[in-house]
Amino acid sequence: MKFCVCIKQVPDVQASVQTGRMVLNAYDASAVEEALVITGDAGGGEIDLVLIGPSSATETIRKALAMGATNAFHLVVEDASSLDSNAIAHMLAEHFKGHTYDAILTGKQSQDTDSGLAGSMLAELLALPYATNAVGLKATGNGLEVTRQGDSGQEIIELPTPCLVSCSNDMNNPRIPSLKGIMAAKRTPITTTEAKTVAPVTLVARTFPPAGREPGVKWEGEPEEMVSQLVQKLQQEAGVL
Amino acid sequence: MIEMNSILVVLSVQDGRIKRSSFEALSRAVAVGGQHGLTVNAVILHSNASKLAAEASKYGASKIFCFEDRVFDSHLNAPLLAGLETAIEKIQPRLVVAASMESIKDVWGALAIRVDAAVLPDVASFDVNGDAVVCERPVMAAKVMAAVSSSHPRVLVSVRSGSYEATESGGESSIETVPFEMSSQTLSATLKEIVTTTGDQVDLSEAKVVVAAGRGVKDASGKALVDELASILGAAIGASRAVVETGLFPATAQIGQTGKVVSPELYFAIGISGAIQHVAGMSNSKIIVAINKDADAPIFDVATYGLVGDCFKILPLLNAELRKALS
Ligand SMILES: Cc1cc2nc3c(=O)[nH]c(=O)nc-3n(C[C@H](O)[C@H](O)[C@H](O)COP(=O)(O)OP(=O)(O)OC[C@H]3O[C@@H](n4cnc5c(N)ncnc54)[C@H](O)[C@@H]3O)c2cc1C
Ligand SMILES: Nc1ncnc2c1ncn2[C@@H]1O[C@H](COP(=O)(O)O)[C@@H](O)[C@H]1O
Repeated sequence: MKFCVCIKQVPDVQASVQTGRMVLNAYDASAVEEALVITGDAGGGEIDLVLIGPSSATETIRKALAMGATNAFHLVVEDASSLDSNAIAHMLAEHFKGHTYDAILTGKQSQDTDSGLAGSMLAELLALPYATNAVGLKATGNGLEVTRQGDSGQEIIELPTPCLVSCSNDMNNPRIPSLKGIMAAKRTPITTTEAKTVAPVTLVARTFPPAGREPGVKWEGEPEEMVSQLVQKLQQEAGVL
Repeated sequence: MIEMNSILVVLSVQDGRIKRSSFEALSRAVAVGGQHGLTVNAVILHSNASKLAAEASKYGASKIFCFEDRVFDSHLNAPLLAGLETAIEKIQPRLVVAASMESIKDVWGALAIRVDAAVLPDVASFDVNGDAVVCERPVMAAKVMAAVSSSHPRVLVSVRSGSYEATESGGESSIETVPFEMSSQTLSATLKEIVTTTGDQVDLSEAKVVVAAGRGVKDASGKALVDELASILGAAIGASRAVVETGLFPATAQIGQTGKVVSPELYFAIGISGAIQHVAGMSNSKIIVAINKDADAPIFDVATYGLVGDCFKILPLLNAELRKALS
């Protein structure tokens, strides 16, 4: 099967202070991993990558290549910060006009914006059947079997190819690239083109810290004492117990 | 034909009931509509829509449109998309609002493309300001809030559960059944099976009390203590990603950036370290109780009451105390 995984470079949200360090979106790493497992199991296949972002995002593309992807397309936009999921989906759709795949994979959402839109937007633009929030993926004779996490359970869906699947990070644990993979990825040519941007339809006016929580209390010591203190406090709080 | 100046609220049905978070979204839409002179309508897409509409009638929508077809109960996205597209074409709303949940996240992006709309997903608040729809939404794993707006002629919004109160308006909605037929060609995907993991337990996103377990709960004996606490308090059971991974708790219980967002009155974090991706899903809880044997665990930074100690020692005592206190 021939896959294309849409990958994004995001700031490292895990860092306690914003260091400017950029990483591969964790959900997209799971999508790459899943494509690797499926093509590996099938004893072959191809995995392309596509990323929209600044020149410096090459680093993130190399990381996904080092995991084992075959080719990469870098659609360069030096300042991609104002592009919303709608703009990204339209730009990706333009790219996919010239490339066909059995399946396009995206992440469930971007770790920095938590939008979770570009995948199904892209599917609609390309008129592809799709499934979101996949936690399991299997190749069948004529398509893909997707296990998606729904609101009250898992839904197992059969999608004909070509199709699009957005992947949850609960799907797998992405592999750490091997040294051999890293070396090979350095030599893989990346097809780089200047991207034509699409105007966003949403605008981030400002960002601010969330309302902080009232400082709490922390008890250490005998379990009996802590428990009785807690139950007392909970009983004092109106309507809790 | 209804004027373009309206708000349409999608009332989502799960396990045969309209979600409380849908009523929260509807109540907010009614408030915004009242302030800005916008009519508020609602739509239900479900085989039992008109019966469910009777229950929804007291929340202040002018009209509730019922798309009544079995195909909407299938969990597939193609019918929901087609139904919502038809509703939007017919009603021509300025703003479409729904509660944020997986079934809505599944279609919101595709729907936006289909009906040419902008999307403000997973918002903590929304309003109309002149020709713009404005919202506040958490970003960067909820470490930052962003004020986002769209002046697009049509905007879709999904609202995090617990962001607003569900309030009855005193009025009554008129109810209209809309005939709907799904062509079988549009149904490209097929549903093979649904593996339901929730059942008659308390719905996590609606619960007043949530008891959540983390990796510190370790094994079946730890789970039994957590289950007991939940049953004493009539609480829903949540979990961290790490403990879902072990198979001890179902994936539907996962709370956090990838999982569900909850905002109960009382939240117990038991053996949960408090990684930002977990906190992103629960930091709006009113009271947070953390039980963790590591005094430096980050969960204590957000806890109202922190108990430093072994949950296997604390929980049996806590369960007994609570039983006494509640009897
Ligand atoms: C993109 C992304 C999305 C994610 N989404 C989510 C999400 O939705 N939800 C989520 O939960 N996580 C999510 N995570 C994972 C998250 O980063 C953490 O790995 C996870 O929350 C850790 O779970 P935990 O606290 O149970 O486990 P751990 O971090 O292993 O913590 C276990 C805790 O239990 C304590 N403990 C151990 N034994 C005992 C005992 N006997 N008594 C009391 N305390 C004890 C330990 O001190 C420790 O603090 C996500 C990660 C990424 C990268
Ligand atoms: N700049 C980008 N380049 C390539 N793919 C992207 C980009 N932004 C988003 N995507 C894909 O779309 C998914 C959902 O993004 P979002 O709508 O931003 O949450 C991501 O997980 C990626 O797979």
